[in-house]
Amino acid sequence: MTDDELIWRISGGSGDGIASTSQNFAKALMRSGLDVFTHRHYPSRIRGGHTYTEVRASADPVNSRGDGYNFLLALGDSFARNPQEEAVYGNEEIKPLSENLDELRQGGVIVYDEGLLDASEIPNFEERAEENDWHVYPLDLRGLARDMGREVMRNTAGVGATCALTGMDLDHVQDLMRDAMPEKILDPNLEILQTAYDQVREEYDVDAPDVGVPTGEHDETQLLMSGSDAISYGAIDEGCRFIAGYPMTPWTEVFTIMTKNLPKLGGISEQVEDEIAAAALAVGASHAGVKAMSGSSGGGFALMSEPLGLAEMTETPVVLVEAMRAGPSTGMPTKPEQSDLEHVLYTSQGDSQRVVLAPGTVEEAYEQSRIAFRLAYEYQIPSILLYDQKLGGEMTNVPKSHFDREPNPTLGKTLSEDALAEEPHSADGKFHRFQHDVEDGVSPRSIPGQKGGRFLATGNEHDPTGHIAESPDNRVAQIDRRTQKLEAIRADLDTVDTGSYAGPDDAQYGILTFGSQQGTVEEAVGRLNDAGVSVKSYGVSDMLPFPTEQVEAFVESVDEVLVVEMTASGQFRGLVQKNLGRYGEKLSSLLKYNGNPFEPAEIVDGFEAAIVEGDGDASGHQTTFVPAAGD
Amino acid sequence: MSTFSAIGEEREIDRDEYTPGVEPQPTWCPGCGDFSVLKALKQALPEVGRTPEETLLCTGIGCSGKLNSYLDTYGFHTIHGRSLPVARAAKLANPDLEVIAAGGDGDGYGIGGNHFIHTARENHDMTYIVFNNEIFGLTKGQTSPTSPKGHKSKTQPSGSAKEPIKPLSMSLNAGASYVARTAAVNPNQAKEIIIEAIEHDGFAHVDFLTQCPTWNKDARQYVPYIDVNESDDYDFDPTDRVEAAEMMRETEESLYEGKVLTGRYYVDEDRPSYGEEKQAIGEMPEEPLAERYWDDDYEWERSHDHFLDKHA
Ligand SMILES: Cc1ncc(C[n+]2csc(CCOP(=O)(O)OP(=O)(O)O)c2C)c(N)n1
Ligand code: SF4
Repeated sequence: MTDDELIWRISGGSGDGIASTSQNFAKALMRSGLDVFTHRHYPSRIRGGHTYTEVRASADPVNSRGDGYNFLLALGDSFARNPQEEAVYGNEEIKPLSENLDELRQGGVIVYDEGLLDASEIPNFEERAEENDWHVYPLDLRGLARDMGREVMRNTAGVGATCALTGMDLDHVQDLMRDAMPEKILDPNLEILQTAYDQVREEYDVDAPDVGVPTGEHDETQLLMSGSDAISYGAIDEGCRFIAGYPMTPWTEVFTIMTKNLPKLGGISEQVEDEIAAAALAVGASHAGVKAMSGSSGGGFALMSEPLGLAEMTETPVVLVEAMRAGPSTGMPTKPEQSDLEHVLYTSQGDSQRVVLAPGTVEEAYEQSRIAFRLAYEYQIPSILLYDQKLGGEMTNVPKSHFDREPNPTLGKTLSEDALAEEPHSADGKFHRFQHDVEDGVSPRSIPGQKGGRFLATGNEHDPTGHIAESPDNRVAQIDRRTQKLEAIRADLDTVDTGSYAGPDDAQYGILTFGSQQGTVEEAVGRLNDAGVSVKSYGVSDMLPFPTEQVEAFVESVDEVLVVEMTASGQFRGLVQKNLGRYGEKLSSLLKYNGNPFEPAEIVDGFEAAIVEGDGDASGHQTTFVPAAGD
Repeated sequence: MSTFSAIGEEREIDRDEYTPGVEPQPTWCPGCGDFSVLKALKQALPEVGRTPEETLLCTGIGCSGKLNSYLDTYGFHTIHGRSLPVARAAKLANPDLEVIAAGGDGDGYGIGGNHFIHTARENHDMTYIVFNNEIFGLTKGQTSPTSPKGHKSKTQPSGSAKEPIKPLSMSLNAGASYVARTAAVNPNQAKEIIIEAIEHDGFAHVDFLTQCPTWNKDARQYVPYIDVNESDDYDFDPTDRVEAAEMMRETEESLYEGKVLTGRYYVDEDRPSYGEEKQAIGEMPEEPLAERYWDDDYEWERSHDHFLDKHA
């Protein structure tokens, strides 16, 4: 972390254009040479309700949302009121201002749209501003936008004001508007931007901004990407050209990105009747020789449990993505949680096997999406990419070169017709699709339409030719072979090393985490070390097969370990303990499950209170500390 | 391309080619109607010129689902009710395959009912054969969606209070472009209908009345029927939706009154198949997607070259 950072929060109602405005602003900051990270907060409503996006920008790398923020742009919330019904939900008219003040830092800036919001309605606003040294700029953004065209353009006026008050050049914002906006609305928007900028500069002394934009420089082209983007591009680069799905937040993002891009590459996207069908379609397409994926979020993934097992039993490669949100049941559709971990690991009946990878950052999301495909096709096994609403939706800058790699469209162990002519065949010439004695457990497959490769894929237990068989010897041979793949995959994953480490090697304490909390934990580790606490972290990515050796070595090397995760029941800690089989006395948990991801300060506080001071009180935030249990 | 050289191969095809060598004889009960479907398919496939290796047969779970074990094509014996989503994806991935799906009335109209409606709606170019024996066979005789009202079974001991499903009308209304009913007791008609269904370009739904002598001796499938060749005698035009619907209504009501009518009920030759529709709007490649993975000259696109600049 650095003091020299801007964390700009734009707030308003859903439907106010918060997302697109913040995305453009983040990109402008990135183009000006800064590292950026965005964090979204929105309710499960189409219009109205309290929503905000934060854009954190710094000359140093940023991998988390940070703590609090230092610049608030509070837009009017015209949609909080449902105009048709005249229904008002709570006191929403003042929400964009009042709801956000708790996390505004000392010395922060408030710009609010006085055309719509009235600070005097907020109890003790002036006292609070004074106490916290907030710099308050009431601006009639709505009036300005209305005078110059349309009220909805008050977002643009707000960005103009932000630039003026932070000392940021308009160039990058203007360029982006030129790229993104249709002719018709471009000119009025550019004008509003400039006017708001000029007015603020004239009216206020902005040469020494209260909160400034840092300066930075990139030595190569950066891209602003979300986890959902990265997963989609990873799939495309791995040769995936078929996706089937059914919408469910937040998985819909990947589904939408793929649907937009695949037809341009001659691929196919299908929105189907339900998630059972979606996953079954992916299996069908893969059986017919295409690289295919599907996915969903908790409730929809529950329906995929059946086709997942079918893919495993028939050894049909398939990739499913699971975008976690708070559950159970419909839960909190737009809030992140990591509590589908066990669901994904253990769903589907029988001794069913799959690969589960959980990327920790946007960069890793691309990487591991590719690995998930490669493993699925090389080992003929379902792979699941497990992430959450936070990683799916957050945007950060990634160097373009990160994506400059060879495509990998190979289908894995798939035989040509020439090879099929040679393959082991039974006495009457039938292809042995599921032969027992193969290295690493993977028997080569054929694709329907190939000569000499005819076989039956079945969800029933089957013999080497694919026919239903229940003989004890065959059963043992088949299940052993399918299980054996996991050992080969573990060895394979060890060569790619997907885990992420931070902090000094010889640290006294450790933090274990997985998935989207990795960046936040790493920032906390940096701060703890700066404060003289010797701690390191390990963000684990392979959930199944689990990197037991590596995790064991990490736990072994420290006195105590804090396991950080967004679940209420400590699912990840349970997984660690299940795999290690001991060290219970070393593992404590820091849990958060209120719908918001961790902030670095919560981890710092929790760690100090629980581990260093040892009193088990994990700060005043909505986090829970569960002490070590002993073996 | 030689990758899928079984596809489109023109040669004399012997019906025995479809008989798996190693498998034991079918485990269906003596007298089971399922034998007739197997036989009709074995006769029809060589006649339409499709080889076992270019045919993908996807089945569900049930006695009917065992079909795959006795017909030696490329096969996918899926899970209960899910043959259609697997089949239609395979067809999209490789439209040159002859894709046939099959399963029981419980499989297709019960657990898989949602898929049935939507596959018909989309009009995928494939054949769907439902073995309609008005009972759950494999799980030992429970009431199925096509069992008549009042049908008694161990799971509905007082007799079913539900009206049976009307599969033909359902199919027509959902959007199937070919709808027929045939019966195990009329092998000639069955063969003809299956040939027509396979040759039809679009979703061809065949409700195949099969008897289950083990669990459902009372079903009407044993009684005489009207032959498909006499379908003109019905005095209706199967290309006319309204007339087809009326004819289906009559047929479906009379079935439970003891009058079994079979034949071709609806044919729409003009409606494009789903694959054609998707190609027309640019959402599906002209060449089978599956072939691309075998084309050494194909230049695989990368996101780096195509999509990333908009993120810069
Ligand atoms: C998800 C699921 N539910 C239930 C079953 C048990 N099951 C197997 S076959 C069957 C019914 C089969 O009836 P039908 O589809 O009419 O076929 P038939 O056996 O009469 O040919 C059922 C309920 C199953 N295999 N999977
Ligand atoms: S139980 Fe009925 S449907 Fe199943 S094989 Fe026997 S006769 Fe056929």
